[in-house]
Amino acid sequence: MSEVFRRYGAPLGLMILLLTGIWVVAMVVLPYFVMVEYSFHPNLPGPEIGGPKDIYTLDNYASLFRGIDILAWDFPDDFRVFLRTIWGSAVVTAVCLVVCYPVAFYLAKVATPDRVGFLLLLLVVPFWINEILRTFSWYIILAFNGPLNAVLLALGLLDKPVRWLSGSGGVLIGMTYAFLLFMMFPLYNALQTLDRNQIEAARDLGAPGWRIHWRIVIPHAKPGIAVGCIMVFVLAASSYVVPALLGSPGTRWFTETIYQWFFEGQNWPRGSAYAFVLLGLCVAFILAMMRIFRVGLTDIAK
Amino acid sequence: MTGMKASERLLQAYVVLFLLYLFLPLAIMVAATFNTSRFPTVTPWLGTTTRWFEVLWNDQQMWRALWNSFVVAFAVIVVSVPIGVAAAMLLSSLHKRARTFLYAVMVSPLLTPGVIIGISTLVFWERLGVKGGLHLAVIGQSSFIAAYVMLMVLARLQRFDPSLEEAALDLGASHAQAFRRVLFPHLRPAIVSGAVLAFFQSFENYNTTLFTRGTDTTLTIFIASKVRTGLTPAVNALGVILIVVTVVGAIGYEILRRREAARAREATRRAQENALGDLRKA
Amino acid sequence: MSQDVELDGVTMRFGAVTAVRDVSLVVKAGEFFSFLGPSGCGKTTILRILSGFTEPSAGAVRIGGRDMAGIGPNGRPTALIFQNLALFPLMSVWENIAFGLEVRGVGKAERRKRAEALLDLIALPDAADKRIDELSGGMKQRVAIARALAVEPQVMLLDEPLSALDLKLRQHMRAELRAIQKKTGVTFIYITHDQGEAFTMSDRVAVMSRGVLEQVGPPKAIYDDPATPFVATFVGENNAFTGPVALLADGVAAVETPFGPLRGRAGPGLASGAAAVLFVRPERLREATPGDGANRLAGRVTHVDFEGNFANVFLKGPDGSAILVQLANDGSGEPPPEGATMDIAFDPANAVVLPDGPRARS
Repeated sequence: MSEVFRRYGAPLGLMILLLTGIWVVAMVVLPYFVMVEYSFHPNLPGPEIGGPKDIYTLDNYASLFRGIDILAWDFPDDFRVFLRTIWGSAVVTAVCLVVCYPVAFYLAKVATPDRVGFLLLLLVVPFWINEILRTFSWYIILAFNGPLNAVLLALGLLDKPVRWLSGSGGVLIGMTYAFLLFMMFPLYNALQTLDRNQIEAARDLGAPGWRIHWRIVIPHAKPGIAVGCIMVFVLAASSYVVPALLGSPGTRWFTETIYQWFFEGQNWPRGSAYAFVLLGLCVAFILAMMRIFRVGLTDIAK
Repeated sequence: MTGMKASERLLQAYVVLFLLYLFLPLAIMVAATFNTSRFPTVTPWLGTTTRWFEVLWNDQQMWRALWNSFVVAFAVIVVSVPIGVAAAMLLSSLHKRARTFLYAVMVSPLLTPGVIIGISTLVFWERLGVKGGLHLAVIGQSSFIAAYVMLMVLARLQRFDPSLEEAALDLGASHAQAFRRVLFPHLRPAIVSGAVLAFFQSFENYNTTLFTRGTDTTLTIFIASKVRTGLTPAVNALGVILIVVTVVGAIGYEILRRREAARAREATRRAQENALGDLRKA
Repeated sequence: MSQDVELDGVTMRFGAVTAVRDVSLVVKAGEFFSFLGPSGCGKTTILRILSGFTEPSAGAVRIGGRDMAGIGPNGRPTALIFQNLALFPLMSVWENIAFGLEVRGVGKAERRKRAEALLDLIALPDAADKRIDELSGGMKQRVAIARALAVEPQVMLLDEPLSALDLKLRQHMRAELRAIQKKTGVTFIYITHDQGEAFTMSDRVAVMSRGVLEQVGPPKAIYDDPATPFVATFVGENNAFTGPVALLADGVAAVETPFGPLRGRAGPGLASGAAAVLFVRPERLREATPGDGANRLAGRVTHVDFEGNFANVFLKGPDGSAILVQLANDGSGEPPPEGATMDIAFDPANAVVLPDGPRARS
């Protein structure tokens, strides 16, 4: 701390501490705490807040799980949505990894430098285009009277149009498209640092292509895979706009449930509790990934 | 390339397919803008028109939302850039253990879902009696955008030679003068990039804004609500404009980057020439 | 009041490590003074203490009689030339030079004029508007000097500024530095681990080892009359013969060595019977003549390195010790062939006897 003043002098040093303090305390740490604290309160009308009924309770968390009957395989609505969110996000993450891996490998180890520069520019452009617009484009494609049905009908692959947007399929397709590049860049960055000679050496020793990938390329790409998976999973699990645009009432996402508790149910404590559960899910996934792939926080922040 | 192996050709074909997959949806969205159809689609093609741009132009709500997005984005720059710079400067002069801890706290908003940042901001300020609105959107967005700025400035700061600061002090500069004339000019590129990034991040933010906006509408909120209620190709027209702006921005950035790289190469060449001259004299 | 730089009992501790231990000396105004020592000897710490970046743990620094305690680098009449020069890469050459004037509020026209005058002094008259990254190493060097001179310091502090240059340019710059110092009359305090650099430029040299001041004196005194075994071995080559002091009288001491008693000038702090070392420079050893009675020794020639103006003859004594003899190529004779036995002798006035102590690692 004294180093700050030694380096920058008193006025500048104070300014630095003040700005950082406001950010870390009032914009990051305290809001988290207040949200969590809020989630342990019952939902009371204004006058009763702070009154005798305002006690700490786990009820908002319990309500997510209340009514689960494993034997009958019967789940309450909110919990069903929660499970769907986990499962859907995991599927999206896996699909993104599989789809991106060959392209990232091509960019990092096969393509000529000139071509890489051009291709990266091509990839960056859709990356910068708004998530909503990217999702919207699939809304058009998957529409009942949209081009996908038209093409498939014309090719004779379908005999009647399909309602793509009525199940979870639309949501998963849209998310894969929307978050794909968050897998691509970490993967590419990790693969880029792989020494081409290692691949040559393995090939020289007679290893077949799949084995080279399994034993050399993929282990090297581990940090990139971890970062990519974390990014995609967190984005998918916390996405609101994709399920809102491409989903149907029967395929709600957990973020939509949270939104409903906040703004339609007017139950902020419960919304906060669910938000905290969502945060817990994301943190658990991040920690699991860091554990499995042995990467640190600094690797992720890049 | 006659010697190319089958596997390599397969890989190339896949990359082409991938690019097609990446751009075809966007192309369809752009194309749908020019279809006369009331609903945005390319099948069937009912005739080519530019009237959807006119419809967009006459949409007062759109202008209001666009204006709000600009206001929020500029406010986010004003809030998050000084914070990001200060945080980076603090981190770089802390010792290892404190730095690691503070760093973790600072980057945590980047890994936190945007909706949760929105919710926690909303709940926190509601406690203090502040209702949702653009001002809260600014605070919520800045809480994670400042982390982006911090990372960019920190990366630049790590390439700063602290002896430059010492040299300035040694030559009689005050701390403020040393900052203004030496450290700040060094950080300026990162600060500018940080500001640009902050602008874009804010402009395209949806998740955090959704919870903090109160009854105000930004452009992303406007688009999303239009898609759900009252969708016409005017939304596509807006998309086209945003895409064009993005592409122009990306290309412009690339040109600037290459120009700077060329300048650096030229300087190195001259320094080598001068070194040869020195040797001849010595 | 003269502008002497005075170090008074300066000590610097970093935790458990003492980087500088009780250093006291006075650098006279207008002097070219060098601190010479291996890396880690504390010379850079002294420079940072002088420039005000570090406050000493104990002791005082006075410049022109004024105590510098509590005065930061921006308040001292010193200018530091950093090892890496620390030129501001985003300013042009003249802006760099005029920076010290700028922060003192000097107007732009005046700054430019002064910068150009300094550019003339360092023989770079056309470089004013160049960018720093366009300059060669030697040019950067000179710009750094001009930048420091611009603030008209009473004391210039230089932290091995020539170390990044290649040998030829380095020698050229030595002469130039010395000339600039003479022309400006500013006190130069120079830090280096290179004795050639220290000797060719300095009026006086301070040799340091492990935070302790070993000896202060003009280069010739340091070389000819080393005060400690460290100085004797760190500065130049030396042959060392160890043993107890056998005799001590009239400023002459005899050391009982495996070659028999050898005599030399007695250094300070000797006691009869105490462990001592006799040092004699390779170029002060010569082939023995029949007239030489005492101070004779012999060894077998292991090999000879012919260097041009002189030859290094490596001998091995009967006890296995190595002896180096430097024979000038002055036409007086040929060096002996390998395997031959060589009789050598030296004048006691050319050797110095010191109490045994730590030597420099070669």
